[in-house]
Amino acid sequence: MRIGVITFPGSLDDVDAARAVRLAGGEPVALWHADDDLADVDAVVLPGGFSYGDYLRAGAIAARAPLMRSVIDRAHQGLPVLGICNGFQVLCEAGLLPGALTRNSHLHFRNRDQGLLVERADTAWTSSYAQGQTIVVPVKNGEGRYVAADADLDRLEGEGRVVVRYVGGNPNGSSRDIAGVTSADGRVVGLMPHPEHAVEDLTGPSTDGLGFFSSVLKAVVSA
Amino acid sequence: MTVPEVVVDVVLKPEISDPQGQAVLGALGRLGHAGVRSVRQGKHFVLEVDGVPDEAELRKIAETLLANPVIEDVELHLPTD
Repeated sequence: MRIGVITFPGSLDDVDAARAVRLAGGEPVALWHADDDLADVDAVVLPGGFSYGDYLRAGAIAARAPLMRSVIDRAHQGLPVLGICNGFQVLCEAGLLPGALTRNSHLHFRNRDQGLLVERADTAWTSSYAQGQTIVVPVKNGEGRYVAADADLDRLEGEGRVVVRYVGGNPNGSSRDIAGVTSADGRVVGLMPHPEHAVEDLTGPSTDGLGFFSSVLKAVVSA
Repeated sequence: MTVPEVVVDVVLKPEISDPQGQAVLGALGRLGHAGVRSVRQGKHFVLEVDGVPDEAELRKIAETLLANPVIEDVELHLPTD
């Protein structure tokens, strides 16, 4: 099972994401933002970091990178895509996920272990969890406040598009405590917290994050 | 001969809260400028273009890259002469 991990100029967590893929039993494939196509990967992870130094808007330039054209095309055909932190920002900027990520309401960079309520356990990236389960993974961002028009938030909640929600405090002022959302078909998921930093007892607050990477292996087999 | 300049101002939509603007407002209050009621922070782009500016193309540039229409509005200012 080949899981691509895209490195943009300024990506930070691509190596951790690749490691999480490997620990879950997948084969990580390093991809470069300037590549022309995705080759033969079965799913793609857009990692955290500060692509292009967050110039213009976080994720805005990366969303227009050459490889993203291929990501967008393949996502529309059902390719599982996971965006973590900056990767989530890129997916919103690319139009693959609704809403936008803006400066934290308190203006501070926030870095802590974060409780998340799993509200959707049937997406390509969350089937290893149980609906209603609470997990703990690190969150670390300065521009992680999820926003959208109220009518759009109502629609997203009505369609069950919220995948994970913050519990035990909202770290960035996100609307309705939303930490992650999915596409209508449940194949594209984006979240601000970092499951790839919670895959080993030695380095993470838990191993709760591993489920994202084991879920997609099942999603690819069943696709 | 001067190169035509097109100015694009990008502002947050009114319904999107602007914590940076609020922080500036707080600082103004501490500096004694009590008369400022609110501050909204935005971006200002100056584009030099070849030939006659193509309004449709510039609007596309403004609305698809310079601004994120989910959270921002754009104001396009073309050369007047």
